[in-house]
Amino acid sequence: MKKHLLRAGLGIAAATLLAPMLAACGSNEPTLVVYNAQHEQLLKEIAPEFTKETGIKVELRNGQDLTLSNQIVQEGKASPADVFLTENSPAMSQVEAAGLFDKLPASLVAPIPAPYRPRSDLWTGFVARSTTLVYNTDQVKPTDLPASILDLAKPAWKGRIAFSPTGADFQAIVAAMIDLKGEAAAKAWLEGLKANGKVYDGNNLVLEAVNSGQVQVGIVYHYYWERDRKENGDVSDHSAQYYFKGGDPGAFVSVSGAGILKSSDMKDEARKFIAFLVGEKGQQILADSYALEYPLNPKVQLEGVQMKFSELQPPNVNVSDLDAKKVVDLMTAVGFL
Amino acid sequence: MGAAPALVLLGLAIAALTLVPLGYVLWTTADLGAGQAADFLWRPRIGELLWNTVRLLVAGVLLSVVVGVAGAWVIERTDLPGRGWWHGLMCAPLAVPAFVNGWGWVSTTHAVQSFPGAVMVVALSYFPLVYLPTVAALRRLDPAVEEVATALGKGPWQVFLRVTLPAISPAVLGGALLVGLHLLAEYGALQLLNYPTLTTAILQQYATVFNGPSATLLALVLVVFCLLLLGLELLLRGRRQRARVGAGASREIPPVRLGRRTPAVLLALVLLTVWSLGVPVAALVRWLVRGTSTGIDLGELAGAGSNTLLFAVLGGLTATAAAVPVVWLAVRHRSWITTAIERSVYTASAMPGIVIALALVTVSIRVVPSLYQTLALLIAGYLILFLPRAVVSVRSTFELVPPGLEEVARSLGCSGPEVARRVTLPLVVPGLAAAASLVALAVSTELTATLLLAPIGTDTLATKFWSDASSVEYGAAAPYALALIVLSVPSTWLLARLSTRSR
Repeated sequence: MKKHLLRAGLGIAAATLLAPMLAACGSNEPTLVVYNAQHEQLLKEIAPEFTKETGIKVELRNGQDLTLSNQIVQEGKASPADVFLTENSPAMSQVEAAGLFDKLPASLVAPIPAPYRPRSDLWTGFVARSTTLVYNTDQVKPTDLPASILDLAKPAWKGRIAFSPTGADFQAIVAAMIDLKGEAAAKAWLEGLKANGKVYDGNNLVLEAVNSGQVQVGIVYHYYWERDRKENGDVSDHSAQYYFKGGDPGAFVSVSGAGILKSSDMKDEARKFIAFLVGEKGQQILADSYALEYPLNPKVQLEGVQMKFSELQPPNVNVSDLDAKKVVDLMTAVGFL
Repeated sequence: MGAAPALVLLGLAIAALTLVPLGYVLWTTADLGAGQAADFLWRPRIGELLWNTVRLLVAGVLLSVVVGVAGAWVIERTDLPGRGWWHGLMCAPLAVPAFVNGWGWVSTTHAVQSFPGAVMVVALSYFPLVYLPTVAALRRLDPAVEEVATALGKGPWQVFLRVTLPAISPAVLGGALLVGLHLLAEYGALQLLNYPTLTTAILQQYATVFNGPSATLLALVLVVFCLLLLGLELLLRGRRQRARVGAGASREIPPVRLGRRTPAVLLALVLLTVWSLGVPVAALVRWLVRGTSTGIDLGELAGAGSNTLLFAVLGGLTATAAAVPVVWLAVRHRSWITTAIERSVYTASAMPGIVIALALVTVSIRVVPSLYQTLALLIAGYLILFLPRAVVSVRSTFELVPPGLEEVARSLGCSGPEVARRVTLPLVVPGLAAAASLVALAVSTELTATLLLAPIGTDTLATKFWSDASSVEYGAAAPYALALIVLSVPSTWLLARLSTRSR
């Protein structure tokens, strides 16, 4: 008797376990596969709206910029991905260099201003984030903050800086530094930072370290701090953000990219997705979301943050010139990797 | 008595699968010339990583062994009040993933972002891996031997050091080996503790370069560590026969009286519990209450939860099923080839999940594209990752089954398969169940391999926790971590029960 009960129980348990899998396998509708290195929650807000408008289902595969870009390169023509989205542009350049992107039609690149997309039209930017210096308000006076991000490599800042050299965010800043100041200057800057700073693995950890007073200042992107203000303020209540000005490399604005894979068998649907992403409606959803990144379509503005997009004073960098390989070689030579 | 060729072939096939990651590492490393490899490895950065890894390994294993063995002895052999409860509490840290524990500590005090802090947090997460086999071995031990030693005039310490410890040493060593292998592959906790090791560096290499050669060079160094660890364990284990005919007397041993030392021992156990369980659980509850992003999406939670459960069950069953022939060959048909099969299984366990995942991604894309991004490939990844755990657990059970019993059954006319079914299996079923739950537990908290191998759009509780926690959504991450803990409780409970079941 007991045995029968046990068997029945096991059967039910197995059925319960398998049901969601079978349900997932059962649908034959074509689904757009998006390799997403952007924040997952952001796409979870946009994708359903896109599906509602077009009837096209979207599946997300989430990961980090260079993990996914390298995965796409490995997969080559066999890649199941239709669309690739990143947080920073060097990963897009890598897939572009591998010749795996399909050229975007003019109508898809038109909504985004030229500085925020490559000259090749093989992909486009869709949101942007600004470099900032977050500082502990108990330990640092705003007047003591440096005029340029280059100053942080000076001995005066020894033991006072936190940053996350292993993240795609910081690496994009390094790419801009190489583009603006040349490799030798970028190397000297990195060596100074290495001598002065404390390394964390992730911008959230940098923010936390600065806010808790372990380190006085940290190099991050603007939205980590802004987001925590909106969340509960636990890791931002003893800190503030400082924006570099006048085209300083520290005012670098990094672009999140979107592109369509050549190997995709759903290019029409993928184009609709990109059109939605850069169009007014999609950009408005981005602006209203928790993400707090800057929409790049000039018709939409991000409100409720310290700096409006138009108030930023970024250096003049074209995304086509940001070279992921140079960055990695340089950071390996300096000993961060 | 030779092994059936079919069984050896099966063993070889399992070994071949587990050697895929090593093959990948060697193959991609070979892409670099010797000069380039030397240039990459001979850098201050690599020296720093090696030093960090070695000292964490030594201190973490030692601390886990001390806590695990001391706890097992106190709970199993003394008149401590509430021994059953304490046993449960000593096993319970297994239900808290190391990276949740790490986050709990980091969000409580930043003092743990240091070498002593890292040692403490990993030891708090992994000491049950020593405690469990030690408790089981103590309980199974025939007290007569210890009584004889006592009768011969040895004091309690001498009895423990010269009789008990040698007798339970295979269990302790097996546990220490597991802890060591875990420490070599640990990523999540150490990243949160900001303590760079070879493994976190490999993940950084993959996250930034992914190009294989330089990252797999580091993986190769890690594999060398693993082989050293395995060799050391083999050396210490020796070739002594431990099986005996006759179960020994299954009677209660008069417990050692703690007397006035009781409050001190109780205090130590309370502190251990607060440290290993109280801190992470309190931190999670705190985030749950304080975060404003805690609007829980029950649908997503349920989806991730059922995925986790499914993967855990499939992974546990597959790994245990694969462990049985491997152990059977190694224990019953000992030869160089069966030992090689058993040992080859371990190589993958010192490689971080992401290396195994990447090996499977690369190999499947190039060789069997139809397998890529399927459930089968994910389960294969879990199999390679966690087979060592199943093998250690299954092996310690099989070793206690005296071959004499099977020989008697055969002489009484039982055929080979019937001997297995009627004699061996009933004796080893508890061990198999323990192996399956140990693997299921590990699968349900696995992070890095799951991120790469899970079919598109498939989230588990661990990946959801990580993606929220790493984007400063601590409040949103908390429900997943709690669900993960709740889900891990049954198999932890099962392990706790099995390890102390009297024969």
